[in-house]
Amino acid sequence: MATRLTVNGKTLETDLPEDVPLLWVLRDEFNMTGTKFGCGVSACGACTVHIDGESQRSCQVRLGDIWGEVTTIEGLGTPDNMAVLQQAWVDHQVAQCGWCQSGQIMQAASLLQQNPKPTDQDIDDAMQGNLCRCGTYPRIRAAIHDAASKIGG
Amino acid sequence: MANFKKIARRTFLIGSAAIVGGAAFGAWYVSRPAENPLKSPEGGAAFNPFVMIDQNGVTLIAKHVEMGQGSRTTLAALIAEELDVRLEDVKVLQGQPAQAYYNSALLGEVLPGKGYDRGDFAHALGETLGVLGKVLNMQVTGGSSAMKDGFTEMRLAGASAREALKDAASARLGVAKADLKTENGQVIAPDGTALAYTELAAEAGQMDLSEPELRPASEWKYIGKNMPRVDMAAKATGTAEYGMDVRPEGLKFAALRANPRRSGMTSFDAAAALTMPGVEGVYGLGDAIAVVANNTWIAMQAAEAVDITWGAANYPNKTDQIFARIEQGFDTEANSTMRDDGDAGTGAPEGSTPVEASYKVPYLAHAAMEPLNTTALYTGDHLEIWSGNQGPMLHRQHAATEVGLAEENVTLHTPYLGGGFGRRGDFDYTVYAARLAKLMPDTPVMLTWSREEDMRHDFYRPGALARMKGAVQDGRAVLLDGQVSAQSTTVQIMKRWMDFEAGGPDKGHVDALFNAPYAIENHRVRGYHADVDVPVGAWRSVAASFNAFFQDSFMDEMAHAAGVDPLEFRLQHMREEFPEGAACLEKVRDMSGWTGETPEGVGRGVGFAYSFGTPVAQVVEVVQQDSGIHVKKVWIACDMGTALDPSIVKAQMSGGMVYGLSAAIYEEITFSGGEVEQFNFPDFDATRMHTMPEVEVAILEGQKHLGGAGEPGTPPIAPALANALYDLTGTRARELPLNKTFDFKY
Repeated sequence: MATRLTVNGKTLETDLPEDVPLLWVLRDEFNMTGTKFGCGVSACGACTVHIDGESQRSCQVRLGDIWGEVTTIEGLGTPDNMAVLQQAWVDHQVAQCGWCQSGQIMQAASLLQQNPKPTDQDIDDAMQGNLCRCGTYPRIRAAIHDAASKIGG
Repeated sequence: MANFKKIARRTFLIGSAAIVGGAAFGAWYVSRPAENPLKSPEGGAAFNPFVMIDQNGVTLIAKHVEMGQGSRTTLAALIAEELDVRLEDVKVLQGQPAQAYYNSALLGEVLPGKGYDRGDFAHALGETLGVLGKVLNMQVTGGSSAMKDGFTEMRLAGASAREALKDAASARLGVAKADLKTENGQVIAPDGTALAYTELAAEAGQMDLSEPELRPASEWKYIGKNMPRVDMAAKATGTAEYGMDVRPEGLKFAALRANPRRSGMTSFDAAAALTMPGVEGVYGLGDAIAVVANNTWIAMQAAEAVDITWGAANYPNKTDQIFARIEQGFDTEANSTMRDDGDAGTGAPEGSTPVEASYKVPYLAHAAMEPLNTTALYTGDHLEIWSGNQGPMLHRQHAATEVGLAEENVTLHTPYLGGGFGRRGDFDYTVYAARLAKLMPDTPVMLTWSREEDMRHDFYRPGALARMKGAVQDGRAVLLDGQVSAQSTTVQIMKRWMDFEAGGPDKGHVDALFNAPYAIENHRVRGYHADVDVPVGAWRSVAASFNAFFQDSFMDEMAHAAGVDPLEFRLQHMREEFPEGAACLEKVRDMSGWTGETPEGVGRGVGFAYSFGTPVAQVVEVVQQDSGIHVKKVWIACDMGTALDPSIVKAQMSGGMVYGLSAAIYEEITFSGGEVEQFNFPDFDATRMHTMPEVEVAILEGQKHLGGAGEPGTPPIAPALANALYDLTGTRARELPLNKTFDFKY
């Protein structure tokens, strides 16, 4: 039976079984590869997307349980039309290998929606589930502060 | 191939006569220019293996793979510097497997001598030796060698193309070449006429290439500046294509399950897996199975449902037994005595105070963020592969052998790597995919490893033991007799990569120990090869990752025994021996305001290592918090000669340090029943946002020669941290990871 879901404002359909995690529906069924697989057990945050605007680990949300509209890194902005947060990532030259950065950005976007002026402690609390083996954390922190100041005007 | 092996054997034996003989022997072969792998485009030209221009624009080729270290940006900047184009106006592509992209710097590391004391003669010899990389198919990104390798070659590539474009403009305009200048992708005549490279390319491609002069450093526009990374926008928008993101038409998804005891497979029963919806096939791959499905997750679930009988491990079943074998290594004849100054054999000199300590470090996984994966399409007479890798020619060669095709019938694409750290030099994951593709011809298949498969089937950083004997007298070290026992990564890698039995003294095994730049009157370093067959490989900074912990923890112990400030103690032994290294120590001393005193609840330690041509000093400050010990700040000073891109160098230094910090605090691979006991990040954690220290990096440019950036930041942090924890608590930890001894903030 086909399951319908809304991703980045578009309605998409899949015949995959309902227990397949959203991560693998996005990647292998819809070819939306911006959302990354890192651990499969909610321990690294590379697969972070938004459901109804809140950050979720897409490796833990089963297709049959998706309760709202999904937003992925592709829905946040594009190379020609970047979100403020993504532009801050470029301005601060955050990424190294880059595999974790989609998840980092989606997690940070969710933080800024809930808390437009996060402190360092707020950033620690919100971002500690997102692993980066290249150690880009100081630049992630700077980019979040920068984006917060720009969004706040 | 026999001759190449002979060269390699001579080369890897450490001794100047053998080295010179080896280089001379190979000279006739390696002096032939490599064929340009680029075909000239319609209406344009491929000037050399690195510059291609047609009507659509300028394309530069990066010979080293991009795994986060920024080499694609810096290699392109080196070409652009001489070609006079802006990075934002050009396309930068990854080079295909080709001899033209061989790594000439990597083999320079096997030269005799300590490295830091190399004069011009030895560097020239290093370059001669480096060309053997071509013979050995070493198109490898590793050993912190990308910039040493590309610095001159890339600028020459840009300059020779520029001169050809000026020749073409001169002919077309009838203006003397000397009166033409180049700027932003155009040749400009004295009257202001501007001809775009894109419209000159076809004519310029007909011009004879000359070897141009390179611009002096005073005229550099890009080198030494912070260049915007060419991969950044794509990585911030989820549009960068990594290995796991390729989607050839008709792609099937597969999951791997391999023997956790790293030997063969007796049998497997796929009946249950084959009944699962979405599963399309289960294939035996020798010591592994692959499940093919319409979705990776379904394939992974089904792989767990296959009933498999595995062979037993070829190494002891338990960690303790493995380390007992490493300990036995000390009872064998030393593989190397790479340093033997004075008379260390007679022990502590009369009147001195002896200091002795033993150290232990665990096996480690690489745990790159992108789990291993490769996509392959086999069509009978051709194999196409997409694999994020650190050695395109090696990967292609072994995939070709696997399916029984000639290398020219194998196309290998190298998308972005979601981290490498040395793991993606090995090609097992590429070979598995090739094996699977041959079993299902004409269908592209992506073979993805779960995080658990990745962590449990690594080529690990070897566990290692050290026995250090020293003595101090009148505030100075008068004896340092170091011994290290571990499995040899050199031996395993040479065997796996080139089917070559490496013999002779193994310099890499004692790196950062024998060449620790401390002048000590009686100074001996011996390396022992432990007879254990746990799969091991190159882990960021290789043996320097453990030897620096041994060396610089012990320097601290000797300093305390001598009653001298640990940072000053190092300086006393380094100032004359290696002034550039001492300058790094002085720099972190000044940056951190080091006084040798710390308030209650605060500890500071210093660590130093010379590896891959670059001295790095680090001071770390730890604070006792209610929630545990927090690593508050790390100051880093490094000297790789010329910092081609300071922001990228700083990112590498900081990132290398964090990689070592994570390992020093949290990480350990252990064995039970012959299987690795760690499965996923919860068992093998790393530094995270809330545990990340502040970092300050200073770049010195005192060395005459280029050093590496990707690895040298890793080794000093473990000893610096252990030394800081000693300062904080009075407890000396001689074993990693440090969370076995201390409670850290979590």
